[in-house]
Amino acid sequence: MDPISTEMGEWVLDEARRAGASAAEVIMLSAESLSAGVRLGEVEKLKSARERRLGVRVFTGQSAATASTAELERESLRRFIADTVELARLTAPDPYSGLPDPDLHPRALPDLDLADRAHGIIPAEQALKMAREAESAALKSDPRIRNSEGSGFDSGIYELRFMNSQGFSGSYKGTSFSLSTVVIAEADGTMQRDYWYSSNRHFDRLESPEAVGRRAAERTLRRLGARKIKTVAAPVVFDPDMAAGLIRALAGAASGTALYKRASFLIDRLGHQVTSPNATIIDDGTIPGLLGSRPFDGEGLPTRRKALVEKGELSSYLLDCYSARKLGLAPTGNAARGVGDAPGVSPHNLYLEPGPYTPAQIIGSVRHGLYVTELIGFGVNSVTGDYSRGASGLWIENGELSYPVEEITIAGNLKDMYMAIEMVGNDLVWRSSVVAPTIKISEMTIAGS
Amino acid sequence: MANELVQPDRFFLNRFGLNQRAFERILGTALERKADYADLYFEFRSAEALSLEESIVNKTAKSISQGVGVRVCAEDRTGYAYSDEVTVDRMRLAAETARAIADQTANPGAVQVGTRIPGHELYAIQTSPTEIPVREKVRLLEEIDREARAVDPRIKMVSASFAAEDKVVMVVTSDGRIAADRQPLCRLNVSVIAEDGSNRQSGSFGGGGRVEWGFFLEDERWRQYAREAARQALINLEAIDAPAGEMVVVLGPGWPGVMLHEAVGHGLEGDFNRKKTSTFSGCIGQRVASELCTVVDDGTIPNRRGSLNIDDEGTPTRRNVLIEKGILRGYLQDRLNARLMGVEPTGNGRRESFAHIPMPRMTNTFMLAGDCTREEIIRSVERGLYAVNFGGGQVDITSGKFVFSASEAYLIEDGHITRPVKGATLIGNGPEALTRVSMVANDLELDAGVGTCGKNGQSVPVGVGMPTVRIDAMTVGGTRAA
Repeated sequence: MDPISTEMGEWVLDEARRAGASAAEVIMLSAESLSAGVRLGEVEKLKSARERRLGVRVFTGQSAATASTAELERESLRRFIADTVELARLTAPDPYSGLPDPDLHPRALPDLDLADRAHGIIPAEQALKMAREAESAALKSDPRIRNSEGSGFDSGIYELRFMNSQGFSGSYKGTSFSLSTVVIAEADGTMQRDYWYSSNRHFDRLESPEAVGRRAAERTLRRLGARKIKTVAAPVVFDPDMAAGLIRALAGAASGTALYKRASFLIDRLGHQVTSPNATIIDDGTIPGLLGSRPFDGEGLPTRRKALVEKGELSSYLLDCYSARKLGLAPTGNAARGVGDAPGVSPHNLYLEPGPYTPAQIIGSVRHGLYVTELIGFGVNSVTGDYSRGASGLWIENGELSYPVEEITIAGNLKDMYMAIEMVGNDLVWRSSVVAPTIKISEMTIAGS
Repeated sequence: MANELVQPDRFFLNRFGLNQRAFERILGTALERKADYADLYFEFRSAEALSLEESIVNKTAKSISQGVGVRVCAEDRTGYAYSDEVTVDRMRLAAETARAIADQTANPGAVQVGTRIPGHELYAIQTSPTEIPVREKVRLLEEIDREARAVDPRIKMVSASFAAEDKVVMVVTSDGRIAADRQPLCRLNVSVIAEDGSNRQSGSFGGGGRVEWGFFLEDERWRQYAREAARQALINLEAIDAPAGEMVVVLGPGWPGVMLHEAVGHGLEGDFNRKKTSTFSGCIGQRVASELCTVVDDGTIPNRRGSLNIDDEGTPTRRNVLIEKGILRGYLQDRLNARLMGVEPTGNGRRESFAHIPMPRMTNTFMLAGDCTREEIIRSVERGLYAVNFGGGQVDITSGKFVFSASEAYLIEDGHITRPVKGATLIGNGPEALTRVSMVANDLELDAGVGTCGKNGQSVPVGVGMPTVRIDAMTVGGTRAA
């Protein structure tokens, strides 16, 4: 039996019922991928993968258990399902648990252009060639680029099917392609490393190897000669990738799971102003072709477009069924689901709507301040909003990028930082499933020497 | 299953109907082109997790995964293919895919396997924690909930979780070796939210290792975890803004050893040093720390989370001195990088699972104890930060810049610990940070057993440790002008 067929799913749901489950869900995933890596022009790595997994969530009344396995023969599956039902019986009944309201399941699923029709797994020769071209573009661009951590090309295809015992059945196929390059520049006995990547569901929409390599080189070169600066309070401009991190942190605090656990700085803030009026933040799982798009969420509810923040006001949380029931709200179609996990909460395609300013105008508005291009560490406290991370980037003097800086931190509280979003750029690009344009925060503490 | 698991190497032969001849044929296929080395990595893992929220254990999960990875190495090239179907046909296909990195055909001699490599016996446990009845685990999580709430009425939320896995691995290599191991691992975590009006703070604590269920009952460890999580949250209710800028930093014993993991550990991994992309490349024999500092990575400490009888390439683990009295002595190696650098593998070839290619990784990384006392160190500081608990850290091994984030810290004023401060990130430069260590105390501790290290998308369990140390200058990323 095809491990991700409707037939298989129905058999699993029947087995669960026979073992005593009052309701059940099954999720089946099959995936293949090929990763190719080169370093200094030579093949370094080829990795080929093939996986099939099956996961179930079973209920005995209000008690639930989750399980996953890669052993797909009928006899082992039968034992596996019975064990999972037994585990559910040992789990405490929870009045908020259960399948979604059946009326919320979609009747038809949209085609969201998740799979490239012309390309699947890219053959090793071609993958290696693209990786090599990207690295070579970086190495050729400047004599100070003298070493490399390598360049990689990955492609993958997958198929997912999700079914539950109240009649929902949905599936989708997807593809993904990515090209990345990490190079090292040397000058005056010091080294710097940086990277660039391009990632897409459609092969033809990737940035060219040339472009990826050149951008990796530019980003690395501009870090050479970085220095530490004195501790100061100043405006901080976040480049698009770093700004996306701030938006992701907001989505984390707006997730139903964090809210009912009282582990969020956005508790009781629905309908209140939480950012400056310059910010509108949208989550939309229905945009065709994007990396985070999917026709239904991890519980079989339709995905949709919703504003989390509308001109500064918190207008929606992100909720799966469990957290929605806990909070007395309606689910938002944001249940996230790994094959073996109970549903959690996650955005699909999350973005900060572009504003009116070019990045140059934003940088130009700063007399002395930081343009941050990399943040490291885990110093974000979602309970309090306290924020403190290691940073590197470029120092802005009189509206211009003047010299690279490193070994500094930026700190503040997210609640204040969101209110201080003074300018929003017009440079939104869909490089991943969470994106933002350049933004300027009017002041943060920058710690250095 | 318990008995079947006792002999790890028999386990795979029985389970998948494999034999030595099959291994030899597949390794032969892998080496049909001009390659230096090939290996097969078999893994079977069963795992279980329970969690408590709002006083009930309402989430339980289990998983079973299994698979085989076939690797072919030729010079510095690696071909790797894996499958979650462990059959001879699948393995042959994987071997054909993996050997694609080796381009010329060769006429290799026949592969003969059979040399059993004995590993250590660092965690011979009687009963895997996955086999303890669920009811017993549920009861303990419920007791933890009551214990944490009883600490103070301001403790409003308690989450507790228990996760255990039982992993059996076997490595078969083209130079004939067979090594197998059964690797139990578990952890118990408690996190709480304390609220005082609108001030809301979190605290968490946990521990574990390659231990039996009884470990958590011994000396009522579970109770200490609950109390410790509550204590941290309550302390944070009183915390003032952290200072910003360069100052003297005193790190407490145990988990603050995450500083060593980031400041020097990653930078000493063999792959980065072979490629000369680490700030520590070419520094063997040079001074990289004050002479008070001796740092080791030791995979052989019984029952530790970061310990292994054999690494994931079948090499027995060992105690490796990385820095001796401030002088850099060695790197952490897997087989590929050791071969290319002309040194011995150090038992540090690790991987997250059969779906991953091994890399040089840390095991348990710590600094040896010094002579002074913690009190002497605190007394020596006029103004500074005393940081005792940390979240994670990160490093850029090329520039050497590393961070680690304090979750419990205090001001030191005139030789006394005064007020608690909010969490803040500390940032430093790997090759410099340890040269500024001016005092090392006699109170070495290892962490409680919750660390996980990420590298190139692969997570592996690790341990860290440290005595109390004084670092003369480090940048503290608070918000308050110092």
